[in-house]
Amino acid sequence: MDGEAEKPIATSAPASRRRMTVTEHSAPKLGRGVVLRFDETRQRWVLLVPERVLAPDDIAIEVLKLCDGQRSVGTMADELAAKYTAPRADIVADVIAMLQDLAESGFLIEAKGGRP
Amino acid sequence: MSPTLTDASPIRTDAGGRADGLDVLERGRSIAETYGIPLAVLLEVTHRCPLQCGYCSNPIEMERAGNELTTAEWKNVLTELAEIGVLQVHFSGGEPTVRKDLAELVRHATSVGLYSNLITSAVLLNRDKLAELADAGLAHIQISFQANDAELANRIAGFKGHAKKLEVAKWARELDLPLTVNAVMHRQNLEQLPQMIDMAVALDADRIEVANVQYYGWALKNRAALMPTIDQIDEATRIVDDARDRLKGILDIDYVVPDYYAVRPKKCMGGWGRQFFNITPAGRVLPCHAAETITDLDFESVRSNHSIAWIWKNSEAFNKYRGTGWMPEPCQSCAFKEVDFGGCRCQAFALTGSAGNTDPACSLSPLHEAIFKTAEREAATGSNRYLYRNFSGGTLEPDAGYDS
Repeated sequence: MDGEAEKPIATSAPASRRRMTVTEHSAPKLGRGVVLRFDETRQRWVLLVPERVLAPDDIAIEVLKLCDGQRSVGTMADELAAKYTAPRADIVADVIAMLQDLAESGFLIEAKGGRP
Repeated sequence: MSPTLTDASPIRTDAGGRADGLDVLERGRSIAETYGIPLAVLLEVTHRCPLQCGYCSNPIEMERAGNELTTAEWKNVLTELAEIGVLQVHFSGGEPTVRKDLAELVRHATSVGLYSNLITSAVLLNRDKLAELADAGLAHIQISFQANDAELANRIAGFKGHAKKLEVAKWARELDLPLTVNAVMHRQNLEQLPQMIDMAVALDADRIEVANVQYYGWALKNRAALMPTIDQIDEATRIVDDARDRLKGILDIDYVVPDYYAVRPKKCMGGWGRQFFNITPAGRVLPCHAAETITDLDFESVRSNHSIAWIWKNSEAFNKYRGTGWMPEPCQSCAFKEVDFGGCRCQAFALTGSAGNTDPACSLSPLHEAIFKTAEREAATGSNRYLYRNFSGGTLEPDAGYDS
């Protein structure tokens, strides 16, 4: 390795920033390096991310489980509105706020084929 | 070592008003509770490394390859860790990719449900090996960079690897692996901190750890060559604060300040034996990756008859400085004793000769003034030549006029 050529550092802008903007049409999924699983030892759901273990609350768990890259945020809201018999508009707003925060933490990505 | 790495402990459940409904599983417990198994464990799978950085946190007496746990032994460790409730493992070293079985170990970790992080110098990786690790389930990679400028970076590492690191970082992002840039900072590279932050952005990293050197092991031997001036530290803090504002939502920045200029000591390891342990290449289970620098402690091994859970709970080394009962004054009556747990045991040992003393990083330590002055003096007059890390006790860098 001693003779390896030194190359200049790439200074171009990042190819992809993963911070998506969440809308009703987004189909978000958990990014690589983000794992939602049930922790048998502590008997609770956890979200494993780089260098941290996070504890989602019950609503976050429910929403995160729906982030499969197939469902749109609108579809999620339909399902949650039916399940909790709550006004859909309220649910859409809450879900978008939650997912946008998750996206800004770098935990959610737009699934390929999902509409921006 | 990341501050968050050692912070990950059970469990607080209130969402604290965050819109994302998440909370970090840490910091919530009373010390009256039992010491639950840590969420994350550091695995130093080898001490072998092609780099020779003078700030390495490995002990001076490094483990030879022949003493390293075998593939089967590491797999048993991983299985056991998953069974007792560990969620994340950090493959570290030395240089973990020296081990030819690393992908096999990552695959095994994945199969037992562990989340794998790789802490690497990256210089031994190629694209196929990295892809193999990603396929094996690797969830995150941390690549160390010694400087922004290749010549300086290679001099600090004692190895021409900077260009390769840049290449591997690019592959990591092509493979969609979350990337953290590890930037260990000291007197001889702090002036490149702004460029290193820019480099992390250019590499499309998610995070950068800006970690000032902590002085144990090799770093203690190289302290005079590494110690920054207080002006450098003030400037670094300003640069980090500014970058955090500017890069919000683009790059997360973790920042570790140097102890010697601190007023209060750091909550080292989140408290001894409280939420972290480390397994050495030969299988010894340590409360901290530098704990073997405390030469009057004995550490149990996974090769003993004891389970890892038993070692964590019952072994003498873990219990010796656990909680607050062991503390002397001024710690015992201090209002902060459950905030910082008396600081760092390794540093107390290195600087006072007893791991049971107050960490001199604390302004209440009778030695604080003296170490502050030592830091100032070494920063001003210390030689810039490194003692390179190796298996033969270190080699002094050739004199190429670095002190003039």
